[in-house]
Amino acid sequence: MDREAASQAEEMSKSQATLTQNPLEKTWVPWMKSRLNKRRGSSVPQFTNSPTLIVMVGLPARGKTYISKKLTRYLNWIGVSTKAFNVGEYRREATRSYNSYEFFSPDNTEAMEIRKTCVAAALKDVFTYLTRYQGQVAVFDATNTTPERRQVILSFAKDNGYKVFFVESICDDPEIIAENIKQVKLTSPDYTDCDKEEALVDFLKRIECYQQTYIPLDDDTDRNLSYIKIFNVGSRYLVNKVQDHIQSRIVYYLMNIHVTPRSIYLCRHGESELNLLGRIGGDPGLSHRGTKFASALGDYMRDQSISDLKVWTSHMKRTIQTAEFLGVQYEQWKALNEIDAGVCEEMTYEEIQEHFPEEFALRDQDKYRYRYPKGESYEDLVHRLEPVIMELERQENVLVICHQAAMRCLLAYFLNKSDDELPYLKCPLHTVLKLTPIAYGCKVESVFLNIEAVNTHRDRPENVDVDRDPEEALETVPDHM
Amino acid sequence: MKHRSPSEQHHGKHPRVGDCVAAASSTAQDGMEDKNASTHRELTQNPLKKIWMPYKNGLPEKHISQRKVCMTNCPTLIVTVGLPARGKTYISKKLTRYLNWIGVPTREFNVGQYRRDFMKIYKSFEFFRPDNEEGLKIRQQCASAALNDVRQYLAEDGGQVAVFDATNTTRERRETIVQFAEQNGFKVFFVESVCEDPDVIQENIVQVKLCSPDYTNCNTDEAVEDFMQRIKCYENSYETLDEVLDRDLSYIKIIDVGQRYLVNRVLDHIQSRIVYYLMNIHITPRSIYLCRHGESELNVKGRIGGDSGLTTRGKQFAKKLAQFIQTQSIVDLKVWTSQMKRTIQTAEALAVPYEQWKALNEIDAGVCEEMMYEEIQESHPLEFALRDQDKYRYRYPKGESYEDLVQRLEPVIMELERQENVLVICHQAVMRCLLAYFLDKSAEELPYLKCPLHTVLKLTPVAYGCKVESISLNVDAVNTHREKPENVDVTRMSEEALITVPAHQ
Repeated sequence: MDREAASQAEEMSKSQATLTQNPLEKTWVPWMKSRLNKRRGSSVPQFTNSPTLIVMVGLPARGKTYISKKLTRYLNWIGVSTKAFNVGEYRREATRSYNSYEFFSPDNTEAMEIRKTCVAAALKDVFTYLTRYQGQVAVFDATNTTPERRQVILSFAKDNGYKVFFVESICDDPEIIAENIKQVKLTSPDYTDCDKEEALVDFLKRIECYQQTYIPLDDDTDRNLSYIKIFNVGSRYLVNKVQDHIQSRIVYYLMNIHVTPRSIYLCRHGESELNLLGRIGGDPGLSHRGTKFASALGDYMRDQSISDLKVWTSHMKRTIQTAEFLGVQYEQWKALNEIDAGVCEEMTYEEIQEHFPEEFALRDQDKYRYRYPKGESYEDLVHRLEPVIMELERQENVLVICHQAAMRCLLAYFLNKSDDELPYLKCPLHTVLKLTPIAYGCKVESVFLNIEAVNTHRDRPENVDVDRDPEEALETVPDHM
Repeated sequence: MKHRSPSEQHHGKHPRVGDCVAAASSTAQDGMEDKNASTHRELTQNPLKKIWMPYKNGLPEKHISQRKVCMTNCPTLIVTVGLPARGKTYISKKLTRYLNWIGVPTREFNVGQYRRDFMKIYKSFEFFRPDNEEGLKIRQQCASAALNDVRQYLAEDGGQVAVFDATNTTRERRETIVQFAEQNGFKVFFVESVCEDPDVIQENIVQVKLCSPDYTNCNTDEAVEDFMQRIKCYENSYETLDEVLDRDLSYIKIIDVGQRYLVNRVLDHIQSRIVYYLMNIHITPRSIYLCRHGESELNVKGRIGGDSGLTTRGKQFAKKLAQFIQTQSIVDLKVWTSQMKRTIQTAEALAVPYEQWKALNEIDAGVCEEMMYEEIQESHPLEFALRDQDKYRYRYPKGESYEDLVQRLEPVIMELERQENVLVICHQAVMRCLLAYFLDKSAEELPYLKCPLHTVLKLTPVAYGCKVESISLNVDAVNTHREKPENVDVTRMSEEALITVPAHQ
């Protein structure tokens, strides 16, 4: 072998011999900070090299902010760091108090200057987020109803190497618009001191101000732009030039969401035999109290008098047993199974501390990313649950009977909780959470069905060092048999 | 997967262990007469799929639905629309292949094929002239025959989706189909392909029309000329799906091979998945390379699963793979691995960036992880037999089935469709699933596809299918392929069970 080939071979065998497994996420990485391995392995590869700027387009009360917030929530949940920038908020900051729709009149030159400044300020923050803080997606939420304004944004994006994707919402159904105004405009800071009638009249005049100069994205002149046009809250879509994976996912998501009123019920299976013993995972059946809960759940759901309720369970016996008591059809989803604790399956926390003290500590250090040996992490769970969320978005009234970790992930999606909060969300046994979308968020009603159950929630202890004492590790373990 | 009809699924007189009677979905609408636990149905775990099913009086209850993709109660009729050479058949076949792979029984019905079967010989484009009354009559008969077969497939043979592949260029024809669907309780979803780019149309004609049975005895120029005339016959009467006139129909209009899409009234989950799929596929020429990791330490010991490193021969393979990739001079190659050490070690030798996908991890053998087949036979003879009875649906205790794997791999397939040149370094079971998607293999064939170590499969889409080149990189490796033995009964002897186990240390 000649010298070059020899040194190449040496380097290759060196790199092949020096893979180490990251102790937290259990992913294999080359020992050296290899320029070859771009990013750490995670559940989902990342596909955006350049950041993406999503630009909303549409008249007021067309759901732009609703879509911005929802999309931001979804992207963050699936692990794409995203932030929304609402120009209206910048305007509220700049002008302190809102007087009337006249601020938005196209001949109000002074106001025009203020509004332009606000746009510039928002774009500056977008730059900070995407370029300095390595955010992946920014959602620029404003009317952006003229080609001139959109061109400003396109230039800005081009200068900074961002991909642009427009989301235009077109709606001419007066009922939808009225409902919109009622839900989110009348309670806006702009109208705190007005009565409802006054507010409505003013807002409609505001819309008119934009209507005169509104030029929607054009099939012909804008044919080289990437965009989706949403007509009448989703009865029709026009999609143009999707550039990459993230835009494709965004389109898929936007095409699956709807605004029909409905409620989503989340709960865990009834208390299980292993719950009583303080053991995690496994595939046990319900305890006696667990069956009582299942029965009570049946009563509760019947009282809710829901038309066409769908019931989903996991593939594990305890959720199915719970569903059986409802006496209605249910669907089993493997994706709803509890987090796989790998080698720690069916252990108590005390046993995990005894046999795997380092693992136990690592988990406390970063519970979201920590993967059990031969098991899963919360991060893996989120990825597994994404199709469930997508289908929940499509559906209307659904009851999901699942497990502690799975329920935390679903809840975090609906309530926009961060990676740090997610693994510590409280999801006690025998408690139903009723989620009802409202305005830009979700109303939560927590209903305890009055059947006692063991507590399975373990808070993060104070000392998370690998060299801590067992007592320090175990001080937050809830009681069990 | 080409699914067996319900009549095939019931094993009547001699039910095999683990077979569950999957009939229509249950309607336990009798509600909650008695809250007493004893009147509730017992749950038992189906031994094959490890799924908990309710039993009453010792018999499995009517099937409680497993999460299946096609949750529509009514079957779906997909109807293509478009001038000739717009990719309708390409889309029909690809969509059919995808839906079957994810578990939705789907079949395509190509009216042109019915016409060829009926006419035997194709003379010229004159057959398609709008004033050719006899031609029209025959074409109408063929469409009716095809629709009749659609009805049979969806209503009687257990099909969930039928793809009706024809031009369907007039509103009148489409209205007939809508009525047909309504009468039979099928949902309709139109897929229209609109394209005016002459280069695309030309390429289309070259790839699939010239080798069509219609033109076997023509030279290229004659064939192209005739086909162009054929297109003209349809052009005058073509009524594209209209935003206003057709606003109540469910459809997707694909414009210029995916530059633009118009999507109207998506009704349900399956239509939403179809739209997503159609919006991710492209026809840019490219190749997909599939291979397994280099030979691993557990491979040579005849052990399954685990997370072991490469043997010396495995490392040699990795180096050869690097050289092979170099010689292929591939533009902008993406490299994907699983999150298991052996695929990553293999990729490291390529000295290029790679992405790790957890979804590409090998099938989880649950309690059988790191066991030899001999050990599995000794400690879990029943499981071992069940696996041989239905390898696709069999789930390892606390592990996965091939069926689970397919579901897990769906996002990988979706991204493979979006990408261009990709090398996927994965594992035996995973590679079988991916290969089955590209080569349209059934659920029965999938688990037995041959994916030997140290062999690269190069897949290149061509015409309506996929060209496969198998390249062995000439580094010896142990054989890990275990054929289905003759005796799959739970009562078989050890030797009968182990007869097909490949040699190992």
